Amino acid sequence: MKLINDTGVAFTREMAPELRQPAGLIFNMMLPFLFLALFAPLLSSMGDVGQGSESHWQWFAPGILVLLGLSGTAGAGAALLNEMVSGAFERMLVTPMSRGAMLVGRTLKEVVILLAQALLIIAILLPTGFHLYPLGALAGLVLLTVFGVGIGALSFTLAIHSKKQQTLFYGIQQVAFFPLLLLSGVLLPITEDSAPTWLYVLSRINPVTYVVEAERHLFAGRFAEVSVLYGTIAAVAIAVLGVAVGIRGMRNATV
Amino acid sequence: MIHTRGLTRSFRARGETVEAVRGLDLDVETGSVVAFLGPNGAGKTTSLRMLTTLLPPTSGTATVAGCDVLADPAGVRRRIGYLGQGNSASSALRVLDELVTQGRAYGLNRSEARARADQLLAALELESLTKRTVGTLSGGQRRRLDIAIALIHEPELLFLDEPTTGLDPQSRANIWDHILRLHKEIATTVFFTTHYLEEADLWAERVMIVDHGRVIADDPPEKLKADLAGDRITVGTADATDAARAAEVARGLPTVHEVTVEGTAVSVRTTGGDAHLPRLLRRLEDEGVQVSVADLTRPTLDDVFLTLTGRSLRESADADSAPSAMFQGA
Repeated sequence: MKLINDTGVAFTREMAPELRQPAGLIFNMMLPFLFLALFAPLLSSMGDVGQGSESHWQWFAPGILVLLGLSGTAGAGAALLNEMVSGAFERMLVTPMSRGAMLVGRTLKEVVILLAQALLIIAILLPTGFHLYPLGALAGLVLLTVFGVGIGALSFTLAIHSKKQQTLFYGIQQVAFFPLLLLSGVLLPITEDSAPTWLYVLSRINPVTYVVEAERHLFAGRFAEVSVLYGTIAAVAIAVLGVAVGIRGMRNATV
Repeated sequence: MIHTRGLTRSFRARGETVEAVRGLDLDVETGSVVAFLGPNGAGKTTSLRMLTTLLPPTSGTATVAGCDVLADPAGVRRRIGYLGQGNSASSALRVLDELVTQGRAYGLNRSEARARADQLLAALELESLTKRTVGTLSGGQRRRLDIAIALIHEPELLFLDEPTTGLDPQSRANIWDHILRLHKEIATTVFFTTHYLEEADLWAERVMIVDHGRVIADDPPEKLKADLAGDRITVGTADATDAARAAEVARGLPTVHEVTVEGTAVSVRTTGGDAHLPRLLRRLEDEGVQVSVADLTRPTLDDVFLTLTGRSLRESADADSAPSAMFQGA
């Protein structure tokens, strides 16, 4: 009961400024917008990039949602890092609030923002050749949520361990972000035929690849694909790992 | 309210072990206002962080508000309020929101937290700022908000880590007016660290002087000054011969600690300087010594620190090189 209450307190605290300034939501999603506006149109001239005869939007949009999950929630730790440096986090640590709830509440807020942004992107895509399969999209958003929980919690963990050296946070975040993104096939397909072997192998090691592939199937309304299973396993694994190391980090932040 | 025995904390910094706090034995009684005074790096913040459950001790025991810091940190946290060296309120959030959040963190429901926040906002003259974003407040306003945050649950014991550092003298006095009023209103024991001598002198009932991780003196400020420093009487004479005769007379007074002559000036360190000054002047007149100027200086805690350590607190304030305790194990 206390855990739920404390999670609610942490969540409400983080949500308040977002609700007061919903425009901030949009600033946060510049990168996905830019790719949608300035990159996606190029795909139509490249012929068939994806699976069969669907519009290139159908292929590109799910990847962009994963990119959103990666770019938005990966930065979540920056706010925590600021509070660690300023003293606001320390003050929370001297309260009887549950350490786990502090992490879970913050992560939940990131996920709510992620879902709002994802719905906004889907709404923007509706007038294009993107076809909405409601059940598939719903499943896709659930998968995205699980993925977001993991990335957000990992970002918080990184922040906790960077408190003595803030540059560590931004360094690791930058170094991890672009390889994970480029090697996931979000922008262009990475197949055995189209990519050099070493790059293909790297993309297969990248768990984000499986999430992207699962999202593409789900948003096309296809559930019975082995990729959906792999993607789910990858997302759940990231989430379990993130929350586990995150809660440990929060607890170790003090006695 | 606070009892520690042999409380010790060491850090490893660049391959060396630094003992930040060495065997602290404290007993702070309920209802008092106690200052922990010392230069930067003396171990003040590290001690406070151990007492507030932010840092586990290397050895020793500490009972705070009836709970052991290691066995029952949650019990300690429920009973204490804490104002750290940094800013307690996040600059991106609103004043009222941060206060309500803090109340709810202590288990108050939304309306209780709101009611308590309103009381504190009024008490700390922050009513007009409730909807402001914390980042837009002035330094003094921000510190008053931090105090409100620390007091939201009416703690039995309030820890303040350098509560007025970085503020102008007016804001400092204002902050202390508020702290002491609330100390009386909600009967909170106050334990604060400072490296401002005046702050310990003016506001604390009891001062512990800390240096190199140890408490080197512990008494009410008046007693510290009387016992360890004393008053200083300075008289100016016409020439060196008169100065020598004046010094002779001064040495004959009771309770004189030390008499020094510098040119035509005689300096006398003594207890009860206010009573001695007229007596000394009368005797000098009887002896026919011409006194041109006379001056009485009351001691400061800096004189106490100087007597104890041979260093001035003001000088050693920046010179110490102990590791920054701010992030150690935080």
